[in-house]
Amino acid sequence: MTVVLDYEAVARRLSEEFPGSVMESGKSGIVVKSERLRELAGFLRDSSEFEFDYLANLTAVDYLDYFEVVYHLVSLTNNHSLALKVRCTDRDKPVVPSVVDVWRAADFQEREVYDLMGIVFEGHPNLKRLFLWEGFIGHPLRKDYL
Amino acid sequence: MALKTEPFILNVGPQHPSTHGVFRMRVTLDGEVVVDVEPVIGYLHRGIEKLAESRTYTQVIPLTDRLDYLASMTNNFGYVLAVEKLAGIKVPERAEHLRVIMAELMRISSHLMAVGFFLNDLGAMMTPVLYMWREREKIMDLFEMVCGQRLTYNYMRVGGVSHDIPEEFLPALGRFVGEMPRFIDEYEQLLSQNEILLARTKGVGILPRATAINIAASGPVLRASGVKWDIRKADPYSIYERFDFEVPVGMAGDCYDRYWVRIQEMRQSVRIIEQAVNQLPRGEICIKLPKPFRLPSGEVYGHIEAPKGELGFYLVSDNSIAPYRFHVRPPTLINLTALRDMVVGWKIADLIVIFGSIDVCLGEIDR
Repeated sequence: MTVVLDYEAVARRLSEEFPGSVMESGKSGIVVKSERLRELAGFLRDSSEFEFDYLANLTAVDYLDYFEVVYHLVSLTNNHSLALKVRCTDRDKPVVPSVVDVWRAADFQEREVYDLMGIVFEGHPNLKRLFLWEGFIGHPLRKDYL
Repeated sequence: MALKTEPFILNVGPQHPSTHGVFRMRVTLDGEVVVDVEPVIGYLHRGIEKLAESRTYTQVIPLTDRLDYLASMTNNFGYVLAVEKLAGIKVPERAEHLRVIMAELMRISSHLMAVGFFLNDLGAMMTPVLYMWREREKIMDLFEMVCGQRLTYNYMRVGGVSHDIPEEFLPALGRFVGEMPRFIDEYEQLLSQNEILLARTKGVGILPRATAINIAASGPVLRASGVKWDIRKADPYSIYERFDFEVPVGMAGDCYDRYWVRIQEMRQSVRIIEQAVNQLPRGEICIKLPKPFRLPSGEVYGHIEAPKGELGFYLVSDNSIAPYRFHVRPPTLINLTALRDMVVGWKIADLIVIFGSIDVCLGEIDR
């Protein structure tokens, strides 16, 4: 059985390692500061206690007040999982750092989120629309699109 | 004297017999050798995630049929499991068994298509496919018996399944389960040691273990690269922990191993179906849901082992009758991330084979 890690405990551990990086932790995941995302991602992948080598799912949700990008991480070695989140409040130009160089699984998924939700992943090597054609106006999965 | 050559860009698809749907590849060639490939997708994008936001939780089930249309039952299954996980619904025992039987039949059917068309891509035009379709047809007939449909079943419900099996179902399933191992032997006799198949697939399109994990490959593509990871074992859902079956794992991560893993998985699926039929209890097939059905606020990520890999559903609910956000984690879109790694340096004929060995379904890639 894949163990869902105790988010409070992981949040404490991450705060120890990277002070001030965790914004909140609840029963649905850990929200971290987006400017600290890349160092946290590298740590979560490489440290022996977590070893999150597998980015199972990456998606985003539009809560109108803010966008939330969700990373579902799994460790194939330790068989445990974690939901990591970052938020961005700027609706006109939401920017989140890319994690493609940590998990290449993010490649198409970040392009999909960019295409449908309009979130720019800074550092993505090939950030283009994935499904819709170039020249399409708007990002359909946003709640204010229709 | 060295010849001056220039790279050549070739469009494969979107209308091409070996792209398994409306898939396009922009291939850069140096002579016959592939130096770069860029998948261009979205021709089948129907906006299913957006559509789902204005439909009730039950009305979303037929939309999931249209994701991976070669494994519709499994898509139904993954979706209703995610809803039940958030709602905390316990499903009747009979329904659990029926779901497992359908999901494993679907796996056999999907793998038959995958292997058949893989052989097509190798140039064995239509003959292997028709052998595979002989058995797939029987599975279609079984599905038609339980829900009246042959492709988009809309069979699972939140809390159970839509119809109980008719009385002619179990005898027909028994015949199928009895003869299927013999047919798999037949495929193996025809194919597994076939010299042309070996020459074209052994050592071709290798996906190293570390890359497979880093790109989050799943299903037969991941297991062929030597990673023993099957969600039915690693994170058992429904009643899978009650069944005895093995997880076939490849060694080399080449096209042959991906073919071989699928063949072996069919054998294991037959074993699971046999056990599920033997344990099949009597009783209810679906619980009564309150009307209208509202999902408690919160979010959930549910994942299952679909024939093509990890099929995940991410749902966000605001306690209304429709999902606030509905996201599908399609296994083959993410498996496609590895396409470039696998094909660069191979010839254009191998590109078709390597792409065929991933076993994509554009319905779930484009959504």
